[in-house]
Amino acid sequence: MIWLDTIVQGILLGGLYALFATGLSLVFGIMRLVNLAHGDMIVLAAYLILVLVTGLGLSPWLAVLIAAPLMFALGWLLQRVVLNRVLGPDILPPLLVTFGLSIAIQNALLEGFSADSRRIPNPDLEGASVALGPVTVGVMPVLTFASAVLVIVILNRVIYGTPLGRSFRATSDDPVTAGLMGIEPMKVFAVATGIAMMVVTVAALYLGTRANFDPAIGPARLIYAFQAVIIGGLGSLWGTLAGGVIIGVAQTLGAAVNPEWQILAGHLAFLLVLLIRPRGLFPRARD
Amino acid sequence: MLLETRSLDAGYGRFRALFGVDIRVDAGECVAIIGANGAGKSTLMRSIAGVLPNAPEMILHQGEPIGALSAAAILQRGIAMVPEGRRLFPSLSVEENLLIGGQKRRGNGQWTLDSIYALFPILREKRSMPGTALSGGQQQMVAIGRALMSNPELLLCDEISLGLAPVVIRDIYAALPRIRETGAAVIVVEQDITQALRVADRVYCLMEGRVTLSGTPAELTREAIHSAYFGGHA
Repeated sequence: MIWLDTIVQGILLGGLYALFATGLSLVFGIMRLVNLAHGDMIVLAAYLILVLVTGLGLSPWLAVLIAAPLMFALGWLLQRVVLNRVLGPDILPPLLVTFGLSIAIQNALLEGFSADSRRIPNPDLEGASVALGPVTVGVMPVLTFASAVLVIVILNRVIYGTPLGRSFRATSDDPVTAGLMGIEPMKVFAVATGIAMMVVTVAALYLGTRANFDPAIGPARLIYAFQAVIIGGLGSLWGTLAGGVIIGVAQTLGAAVNPEWQILAGHLAFLLVLLIRPRGLFPRARD
Repeated sequence: MLLETRSLDAGYGRFRALFGVDIRVDAGECVAIIGANGAGKSTLMRSIAGVLPNAPEMILHQGEPIGALSAAAILQRGIAMVPEGRRLFPSLSVEENLLIGGQKRRGNGQWTLDSIYALFPILREKRSMPGTALSGGQQQMVAIGRALMSNPELLLCDEISLGLAPVVIRDIYAALPRIRETGAAVIVVEQDITQALRVADRVYCLMEGRVTLSGTPAELTREAIHSAYFGGHA
């Protein structure tokens, strides 16, 4: 029964990693941009929610509704003003720029909030739990996983069922020919990054309410996100969820054997999948 | 006059492919651009379509300079292109490829999914398949339909017969009169001189980035075309 409980906890933890990774997967899938500042953007959004909760006395749920459009605007601006200028056949410039952005965000947060650990207060649900058959799970982990599924369902509906999604896929396939259809790839990229930042805000809500965070934890979140995306297969959102779950289960199983092995077990699972399926579990045909 | 190029110079970086090209297209007219490989035909199409940036006044649409506009802005002015090699979007179905062509359509023109399917009935059967899973000829139909979905007044067709069997080329070109019935002008880039002379009201021959011959098919002799196409004397 302990093992079943461990696996269930791992699956639910995978929902959080999938949320970390979904925005990264979306941006990579559309514009082949690897955003090294993605983890720091999650932490930045967590601080934004924290300010709204502690400064204005809002509930975290209301705060995320305010933070999400602000983060969309930030992502849109970041893409239009900075990232669009460095996109091109050479992948190095965007890597360097987002690496620099990562450092800048960490230092700005350090300056503004100090190195102290923070947590978004959520007294209503913090310790709440619910029985799922033979195992008992926290309400917040369940909400996290449900949010990850919901986010992926919504994004898939947008990508495969709307004109905007058609523009995303066409621009991803061939930006020059997309231009001939009247689509402006740089505008499409900006909207995609804006949407990715809204997903980042949802991830930040659960990051900040479930555990402590500080300005330096972004790069580790980026690594989990990367691993989930790569395990799932580049560009596949359901694959990203599967990737998150694999890392989550590996971590909780590792921790059950020896608490010191939690993070290592996740990395080993990643390496194992990479050895068996180098293109991930559900790669898109053309990637 | 619908479209005019004036001393158009164009190229890729430091490489120049066009040298002072002057062509004109009147409303509703079909103009053929012929020439051997590397003559600059596709560069001319890409320049007009806004894929290659130029000085504004080198290309005029209804008298207004459009040479520096983006491809998206050119489409908004009613100039759509069927690119060389079809270039369908692999992750889109046949129907989605058509729909994306009409996503920024101008006004309420006559081209809709139904009228495209009436023009190329086979596409209705294949509507759910990935565009790139079709045969070459069917892909070309999708590419033409996709460009028509924007309701263009000028359609640029770049090498639409390239790599296709003669019977398929005949089917593709059979659609041209019906496209012209809508009042749209067409520029056809062709290496097949006979095909070009059959469909065009006027012909320009390019060689090494320069216009070496122009006129109506009736005016052009076989010898003059041969000389303009290959250089030297027939």
